[in-house]
Amino acid sequence: MNDKKHLEVSAIKNGTVIDHIPTKSLFKVIDILGLDKVETQVTFGTNLESKRMGLKAIIKISEVYFLDDDINRIALVAPEAKLNIIKDYLVQEKKIVEVPDKIVGIANCVNPQCITNNEAITTRFSVISKKEVALKCHYCEKITDQEHMHIK
Amino acid sequence: MKNRSLVSINDYSRDEYLRILEIAAEFEANPRQNILNNTIVATLFFEPSTRTRLSFESAVNRLGGKVIGFSDSQSSSVTKGETLKDTIKMVSNYCDLIVMRHPLEGSARYASEVAGVPVINAGDGANQHPTQTLLDMYSIYKTQGTLENLNLFLVGDLKYGRTVHSLLMAMSKFNPTFYFVSPPELKMPAEYKLYLDNLGLKYHEFRDFTEIINEADIIYMTRVQKERFSDPIEYEKTKNAFILRNHMLKDTRDNMRILHPLPRVNEINVDVDDNEKAYYFTQALNGVYTRQAIIASILGLK
Repeated sequence: MNDKKHLEVSAIKNGTVIDHIPTKSLFKVIDILGLDKVETQVTFGTNLESKRMGLKAIIKISEVYFLDDDINRIALVAPEAKLNIIKDYLVQEKKIVEVPDKIVGIANCVNPQCITNNEAITTRFSVISKKEVALKCHYCEKITDQEHMHIK
Repeated sequence: MKNRSLVSINDYSRDEYLRILEIAAEFEANPRQNILNNTIVATLFFEPSTRTRLSFESAVNRLGGKVIGFSDSQSSSVTKGETLKDTIKMVSNYCDLIVMRHPLEGSARYASEVAGVPVINAGDGANQHPTQTLLDMYSIYKTQGTLENLNLFLVGDLKYGRTVHSLLMAMSKFNPTFYFVSPPELKMPAEYKLYLDNLGLKYHEFRDFTEIINEADIIYMTRVQKERFSDPIEYEKTKNAFILRNHMLKDTRDNMRILHPLPRVNEINVDVDDNEKAYYFTQALNGVYTRQAIIASILGLK
């Protein structure tokens, strides 16, 4: 089994592996982390079998390490994502993502009457619930829940 | 409070509410003070609200200040496609304080972030209208002599009514007991009840006025709008349950007063107007003193 997995998405020498990404969120994660602009090797796989999730996606980014604040930005779309920090083919450290207290950009406010949906403004939210993620808009003060969350 | 914008009722602390009420009382005792000499206040009303605008402009004029601005977006450069940001940045150059009314929610917070001068929110869509809340609180304080431990009845549209939500948030700092009287379709939203639960405050819900009305210290009436009902028959059936009539007041407490943010339609019968417990017209006058207090405090003059 293990060998097969390695064949599906090849190993990296140094860098970051983001595992357990929901398949539907793969391209959102790529977008949020700006991986389309990374100049080192990036490989990803999707619709891979996962015992826990059924199907999952995985991204491997060579020679890139993320700050916690940056990586936590993906928590809205991939709350169960796990990070492996790889040095010389070995897992140096494992991390889980955490929903941050504040969200800047990334999500849209659910309220069509909100100024952020009518003028070019970066959205800002405070996170009022982390388990079932709920965001309170800094501007219109309305709550956007997980079900209605729309990622930019 | 000096130089700080007032966008949401939650921007002020309990002590700051009390400070505003104290200054409002000073202005009520002495309404005309020439303290805004050489001060220019811009009133930017992107949607018409004659009552609120006149109240603010009266407050500025009583203090000897000057007013510039517009009373609806038709007479501003918004019609040419200018963004709110640009309008606010431009107007900041012309005045010491901006009073803004805008149909979009969150517009006032945004304006306060781009403006070079403080902003007072005079209503941003269905979101906040903090000066209304402060004048409601001043009216409660004046008629009851305190804000503490009161039985507050909130009546009518409790689902969409921003004035009742803001009043609930602000008054919850003074240990009230709330009585919510509304049709089931327009009940107080769960998030506000949860807020009260977390503070350990008591509230009761009713579908109509009953003898519980005699427990009230304050009855805060709001308009039940026909458009809020999905079923017009339901509206016809329920609307009469929320009309306050004079005969219902005969056994109410002596200190009880009826408030309404106005305009009213038919939810307070005109036969209540002559009852000494009807306070809504004086409440509107209190709005001028309260706005004088807010303006003077933000400009650092009180």
